[in-house]
Amino acid sequence: MSELALHRGISFHRIGAMILRYWYLLLSSWPRLMELMYWPILQIITWGFLQTYIAQNAGFFARAGGTLIGAVILWDILFRGQLGFSISFLEEMWARNLGNLMMSPLKPIEFLAALMAMSLIRLAIGVIPMMLLALYVFGFNFFALGLPAIAFFCNLIFTSWAVGIFVSGLVLRNGLGAESIVWTLMFALMPLACVYYPVRVLPLWLQHVSWCLPPTYVFEGLRALLTEHVFRADLMASALIINAALLVASFAAFLALLNSARRHGSLLGGGE
Amino acid sequence: MNEPMAQNDANLALLFAADPAGPAAIEVERLVKQYKKTRAVDDISFRIARGSITGLLGGNGAGKTTTIAMIMGLVLPTSGRVAVLGHPMPQESAHVLGRMNFESPYVDMPMRLTVRQNLTIFGRLYAVKNLAERIRELASDLDLDDFLDRPNGKLSAGQKTRVALAKALINQPELLLLDEPTASLDPDTADWVREHLETYRKTHDATILLASHNMFEVERLCDRVIILKRGRVEEDDSPDGIMARYSRANLEEVFLDVARGRVEVPAS
Repeated sequence: MSELALHRGISFHRIGAMILRYWYLLLSSWPRLMELMYWPILQIITWGFLQTYIAQNAGFFARAGGTLIGAVILWDILFRGQLGFSISFLEEMWARNLGNLMMSPLKPIEFLAALMAMSLIRLAIGVIPMMLLALYVFGFNFFALGLPAIAFFCNLIFTSWAVGIFVSGLVLRNGLGAESIVWTLMFALMPLACVYYPVRVLPLWLQHVSWCLPPTYVFEGLRALLTEHVFRADLMASALIINAALLVASFAAFLALLNSARRHGSLLGGGE
Repeated sequence: MNEPMAQNDANLALLFAADPAGPAAIEVERLVKQYKKTRAVDDISFRIARGSITGLLGGNGAGKTTTIAMIMGLVLPTSGRVAVLGHPMPQESAHVLGRMNFESPYVDMPMRLTVRQNLTIFGRLYAVKNLAERIRELASDLDLDDFLDRPNGKLSAGQKTRVALAKALINQPELLLLDEPTASLDPDTADWVREHLETYRKTHDATILLASHNMFEVERLCDRVIILKRGRVEEDDSPDGIMARYSRANLEEVFLDVARGRVEVPAS
């Protein structure tokens, strides 16, 4: 894989080949397909009934109908987006196929682009049934949010890719011993991203940290939309700027970790 | 500068001087790979001519795999220089990765994908033209037809090796790096693979660098043999030349002499 030739054109043909590779893999394994839908559906059922119960007993949440379900859906977009990216990457490690890819003309940027596309495909398979369930069982129509839903989605997916790229670099450098980071890192962001509560709940010093994370802007934006019926474009613009910086930083980190893996010979084994 | 060092540098200058026949397929100059306290490759230099088959021999831990990995750009050298098809690696790898390929026991093909799906994906990565035709050709050449639509994970070791070879040949590479290409094959299949490699070299004027523990294979296939020991080049000559120098009838005996530190025996 030749990251040193970024100036030479990106090949959509090669990106397509990698997407095809993951598509074949998905189709070859029904447990993989089922798992994509299993957790989001379980999440929405659990939190949906909780929301229903709270709405029946608390004035605030009754007014802010769907805040909890909306947050669950958005959190799943963030988490599943990163997982969709990282699991496709891990498939190469598990299959011991990374050496074949590294030795092919595939460039890191093309590899990452294919992983991004796969995260969207996996996300669609997992989250669309979840959204439909939220609509028909709990009466929450995510699509009715309109344009803000697109802004929320884009910002969350950009964050998930930035985290996915960085984590993939860590696994590339440290082998499958670092695999657990794939599953856990996003959860470390959860309390700081204020998924289920407003930022003002946090201590002041932690609020500063929280505002460094793009998802915080999205979840605040969702609450503003559902409780105050205001679309905060300023929050979305801030999130977009931070996301752009995060994507650039994560790509640079990925290249640095890839180089470090080459220096330490980690690409030869790819194991633990 | 002391005299031996000056002589050494002069030899290297000759080694890497512009070749009127064009650049060598592989040029390795004073290559060193140090992993913390272990020196896996210790100041080796060689040049491999285009169209040749070269065997890289050595015991376990001699530095063969690390050397091949540095040639491929999978491992960065601590010092020294590698050039492949005239391009420094890994700086200009984009110029050569599409013109070379490899097979190694350190990598696998995705297990859940069928042989045809795997070859399709690698064919697309290498931008192979008329891919379906090329896959049919390889399936026929390497006798893959019976299991072309079977998942790779359901193949026998021998079948997997043939599929890996098909992947290595999918782009009709000018340079082929092979690490133990016939390991786990029965003698008949192994012989058939060797024959295929010889034919491929002749028909495509390809260069092959082959790491192997099979001395018979190296004797049969290789024009030249480089023996590594503890990361250094211990011998570098034609198989006949090395056997004559050690007064041995076959490379296996030479290999044991080198591995056990027995010095070469002057031919009478």
